[in-house]
Order: sequence, then structure tokens, then C-alpha cells
Amino acid sequence: MAERELLLGDEAVALGAIHAGISGAYGYPGTPSTELFEFVQGCAEAEGIHAVWSANEKVAYEEALGMSFAGKRSIISMKHVGLNVAADAFVNSGVTGIHGGLVLCVADDPGMHSSQNEQDSRYYAKFALVPCLEPADQQEAYDMARVAFDLSEQTKLPVVMRIVTRLAHSRADVVTGDRSPQNAMNPLADTFNFTLLPTIARVLYQRLTDKQPDLEARSERSPWNVLLDGPDHSRGVIVNGIAWNYLGEAYEGRIPYPVLKVGQYPAPVAKIRALLEMVDELVILEEGYPFLEEMIRGVTGVHGKRIRGKLDGAVPRCGELTPMIVAKAMGLPVPDGMAPTLEVVPNRPPTLCPGCGHIDAFAIIKAALAPWGDVRMFGDIGCYTLGYYPPHNAIGSCVDMGASISMASGAAHAGMHPVVAAIGDSTFGHSGMTGLMTAIRENTPMTLVILDNGTVAMTGTQKTMCTGEDLVNIVKGLGVDPDHFKIIEPHRAKAAEQAAILRAEFEYRGTSVVIARRPCVQMKRKGG
Amino acid sequence: MKYDIILAGVGGQGILSIAYLLDHAAIARGLRFKQAEVHGMAQRGGAVYSHMRISDAPILSDLIPEGHADMILSVEPLEVQRYLNYLRPGGVVISNDEPVKNIADYPADGLVDAALMALPRAILVDAAGIASAAKMSKAQNMVMVGAATPFLPFQWAEFEPFVQRLFGAKGDHVVQANMTVLEAGWRVGAFAKELLDAGVSSALVGRFLARLQPMTLDPAAARGYAGVLEGVRAQAFLATEGARVACDTALLNTLSA
Repeated sequence: MAERELLLGDEAVALGAIHAGISGAYGYPGTPSTELFEFVQGCAEAEGIHAVWSANEKVAYEEALGMSFAGKRSIISMKHVGLNVAADAFVNSGVTGIHGGLVLCVADDPGMHSSQNEQDSRYYAKFALVPCLEPADQQEAYDMARVAFDLSEQTKLPVVMRIVTRLAHSRADVVTGDRSPQNAMNPLADTFNFTLLPTIARVLYQRLTDKQPDLEARSERSPWNVLLDGPDHSRGVIVNGIAWNYLGEAYEGRIPYPVLKVGQYPAPVAKIRALLEMVDELVILEEGYPFLEEMIRGVTGVHGKRIRGKLDGAVPRCGELTPMIVAKAMGLPVPDGMAPTLEVVPNRPPTLCPGCGHIDAFAIIKAALAPWGDVRMFGDIGCYTLGYYPPHNAIGSCVDMGASISMASGAAHAGMHPVVAAIGDSTFGHSGMTGLMTAIRENTPMTLVILDNGTVAMTGTQKTMCTGEDLVNIVKGLGVDPDHFKIIEPHRAKAAEQAAILRAEFEYRGTSVVIARRPCVQMKRKGG
Repeated sequence: MKYDIILAGVGGQGILSIAYLLDHAAIARGLRFKQAEVHGMAQRGGAVYSHMRISDAPILSDLIPEGHADMILSVEPLEVQRYLNYLRPGGVVISNDEPVKNIADYPADGLVDAALMALPRAILVDAAGIASAAKMSKAQNMVMVGAATPFLPFQWAEFEPFVQRLFGAKGDHVVQANMTVLEAGWRVGAFAKELLDAGVSSALVGRFLARLQPMTLDPAAARGYAGVLEGVRAQAFLATEGARVACDTALLNTLSA
């Protein structure tokens, strides 16, 4: 029965997946993808769906692949850089193919609202030779998620759904449809497909490449790849995803040019050719990298046609699209907009919450490091990355999940001393353990400070797997020297005493670990 | 019919609750809406905003084009400045006057308010005062919803079922207290709108409102003041400092005599 619901783009994908009959939802929190999993989690018990956060994206992907092996449908959600973590499982799952429907929803973050880069996940789908769907709005997000599972089971391939921040975190009303029941248990009888020994993998990779013409044909006839004619053929436009909305906005819904709206990949090359033949100039408006543009330009360009987009500067190469950027690229007049009426408008960057334990931890660590001058720690991904800013000046790197520990090790190998790494409890569980194990085996002279606040704080206090005594036992189990494993509850009142403990470890020429344990104030506020 | 609103504030001030109320009121009226939010890192005390679009026709872009916003609704006065490029000519700014000074280089006292009062259509709301008078110091965002309502296709009482959904778990008295501050905000916004529409400057409206008790404001009577605020008696009244007074017939008589 059709109903109208208010949904974030993330939630629309989640509800579409639920209505497609998923039996599992997997993921690791990451802005802007988090709300997808949380939506499923909110009704998991009632719906009989397995929905528990995974330790990291790779684990999540593999769990989903196992569910697919058993014949059931599941969705995996992560942010774009999370797919780097899951890439091994993801790319190989193109070769194995799937059994029960498997959809990976990746939320890209053009403009880097809450990320380290703006990588475009369409390249990953192409790399793995699997279909990719890209909704333009919340309704399409819901509709595509439902269809994606059918597409997955028909092609026997994982299907990628690529969304972006402005869809993931924008709310609108969505008309919902019928529900499919969950698949019955139906484990794969012939395990050939999932055993990628080279002799088998060669067969399966050939099979994957053989599927490509079918995927291309599906894209050509996809209702998400629409070629719309317009009266003025001096110019044509190609848009992907939400760029369609900005183009429509610029012309108040009456676009005078032929437009190809792309929402399913592999790219519909016949439709692209048909559009090119119609027009003199082609404007390519892509939310993300110039993925279609590079393909269309090739190395020689298109003879007799002018191609405009990110590669010739008609659209900025970096950052997200906006209605203004699209209007400008189309040569439309744009209003100047009112200037601030205040001479200087200071920035207001995010800060650690009042009462946050990291504030005291940073102050104590910096005091402990003072004899060596202004030393910063190798940092990681989490709230504590804000320790880069004054007044903390405590963090000096932020690259990827777990990098603090391994980068500190490398710096120590090069002879730097003291070398300190800082990582949160959840990030440690995600990707820190292997780096620490490596350091301990070599007795690399570095100190790891694990900031255990008991939660995944930055993304909204999700449950962590690696806190309290569990975390202590993991660190012990990795083999750290008990004489150089300390636990403190960082607090200003005990600053001198705690700085002395830390300083002794910084002086030590071997691997040491200090857990700085203090619960997150946001978690406490929520009653966690 | 369309209403494009930039919601602004500082992470933790509850602008997503404002958005929640406006979203649901729009849906209840059978209107379309789109509302782009900011999640993640910025929510930790940084500048946050939401693009909120309400229309009786389908909405295309999730983002408001620059120069198209009908309103900037801000829970913090400095934050307005970041989004003025979105405001259309004739658009209104409705801002809380309570600063959040969590940055070292926050402008000196008075500068921020003065910069807002220089705008042709701006209303500064003493949301902190209104909220704390009702012992609801955390409900400044509800005051701001009320203040915005006269410029939107809603009646302030329409928000009650959605306020109920947000705060019902905390008890009926919490719901009612939120509705009380929401109504007070509506009185300020509606009263100020009448004066602005009658051609009174933002600065004069602001000075006048600063002297009045919010719950005594009767928007239907506002136009009566438009003609007298430039007068000698009104100027003398505005020049004095002191406790807020009731906005009643006696005041009107005093100012217009």
C-alpha cells in the first residue's frame, strides 16, 4: 500500500532495502552514511533483520557476502573512504558473484563536509565491473534500492548504490510501495563460485567480463537513464544524480536543451552517442569526479563538438555542485547575493564539547611532552582529530583509520623520538590492532595512547566493540609488556601525576600503551 | 507559493528540532518540502545550517540557490552573516540576539546586533529572555520557530502535535511550556512583521521590542504604533532604560499623546 513518509536520502535507501526483503544490514558508522544503517537498526527486531554494527567496513562486507552465500538479501552501508577498507572483499565479490541479492550503498562526500577526500565511488563500481545506481532524489533512492536487489539477483552480481551528502542528509517526502518477503534459506550448493583459487578465478573473471554486454544493455534500457529532447539543439547536457535537480532549478523545470540524465552504470554509451549527434556543444555536469567526462572526451576529444565540464574549467574541479555553479556553467545570470554587513565574519570551526575528556587528555599529554618541545601526536579519525586546533595543538596527522599507530611506528623506525600515537577505542577496534601487534613484535620505540571514551562519538555515539576491560584484554593479548601498559583517567586535577606517568613511557625505548579512559559527554547525556 | 528558509546556528542549539517542526507542519498541510541538513563533525559546536524549502509544487534542488531565500532563521546572531548571500531582495532575517561566544575572535559587543539592525528587514528576538522567563532556558529554538511562523503558511498552534512528539516523553508540562515559549516567539515575530510591513526600520522595531513584555504583544494592535514611534514621546520612551513594560492601550496612549 502506498504511503507517504518523511525520509532522509539515507533512510529512503534503508526503507527501500527493507521493502525489498533484506535479512541483514551491515556497516560501520561514517558520515554521511550512518543514518542508513540506523534506520534499519531501529526496526530490525520487528522486521526480523540482523542489524549490528560491524568492526569495520571490510568485516561488514564479508558478513553480507556470507548472507548472500546463504541465499538471503542484505545491504551494506559505508562512507566513500570506508569502501577503501572494504575494497578487497568488494572487488573480489564481483568475481565470485553473489547468490542472495547484495547491495552496497556508498555515501560519497563531495565538498568534504566530514571527510578526508572526495573520491567518487563510481570508479569502484567500474573497477569491480559491477552495476551502479545513482539516485537523483529521495524517491529514486527508495525506488532504486528496491530494484537494486532484483538487479543483483538477475545479474548474480553485487550492485552499488552511490549517493552523496546532499541526498543522504536531505529530507523529503517519499511514496512507498509494496513489500517483498525475505528470501528463504537457500545456501549455495556448488561452492565453485566462492573459491577464488587461480584456476577457478580465471574462469570466473572471464564470466564477469562476459556479463558486461548484458550490463550495458540493461543501462541502455534503464528507466534511470533518460534522454529528454529539448527545442534548442545548440547544446546538450549530461547530468548524474542530484546534478539533475540543480539543472532543473536553473531553468525552473523547463530545460530548453536535450538532456541525458544518468542514473545507472555502466554508462549508457548509445544514449550518449545519440545526444552527441543531436547537439553542437555538450555540457557535462557531474556531482563527483569527471567520470563520464573523461570517458566521453577520451584522448582525442569528440571531433566537431565542444565538450564543457570539469576538465575545461566550466565547472570547478573540486568541491560539490551547487545551483549557482550549475547556473553559471550554463551561462545563466546569477544574482550577486547580499554581502555580510559585518566587516569581519570569523570562522566557527567545530570544537570538542565542553567537559570532553579529550581536552584534559591533550593538556596532560602536551605537558608530558614539554621537555621535547612542541611535539604533536600522530592522530587518527574521530572527535580527537579536533586536537589539531588550538588551544590543544596536540594532533599532527589524520590520514585514515588506524594510520596513527603505523605512521608512528614508521617515524620511530626512521629514528624520531619520542613518537606518540593517539587513537580512539572504536578506531582501534576498526584498524588499530594489527598496527599495534606489528609494533609490539618489533618492540618499536613508540607510545600509543588509546583515548577510550566508550563510544563512536563523532558519528553520534554508536556502540563500540573495544572499550573498558574488553579493550584492556585485547591490548594485553597483543603482547604489550605489562610494565609499559598504563591506564589513567585523565583529569586536570591529577595532571602532574598523570603527566609523569606518560613522560616515563615517552622516554622508554620500546612499545608502550596508555589507555586514557573517560566516558564521552554526549554518550552520558544520552544516558549511555 | 514557495518558502525558502536558511536555518542557521551553532552545533548543539537544536536547529534540527526546528527543521523537524517545520517539516511536519508542511506535510500536515499537504505541502511539499526538502530539507538539507548538516551532520557529523560540524555538529560539535561549529557553524551549522539547514536549507529548508517548502512549496505547493514539486521542489527540485535540495539546496536553495543564492539570492533566493525568503528567510534566514538563526538561533545565533553572528551566524546570520554567513548566509546573507542566500537572502533574496525583500527577504527577512529573524535571529536570536543571544551570542554563542565559543571562538576567541568573536566580534565586540554591539557590533553583531548593529550589523543585523542595518538590514532592511531584520528581527532580533530575545529568545534567551523569553525561554528563561518560562524556565525553559534550553527552548530558545522553540521561541525562534514561533517568531518565524508569521512569515510562513502556518499558525503557531499547528506545531503542538509535533512538539508533543519531540517532548511528550518528558511529560505534558514540558510540551505545554514549549508551546508557551513558541507562542511568545510568535507574538514577537507577528508584532514586528506588522511594524516592518508598515515601513518602520529594523533598528527602530528592535529598540521598541527590547522595551516590551513579549506575552503582552498583540499583533493586531501593532499598526497603531507604526505612526507614533518616530514621535517625541516614543523617542523619549525608547531612550530610557528600565524594565520591560506591558504593550497595552495605556502604553499606546502614552506614546501617542
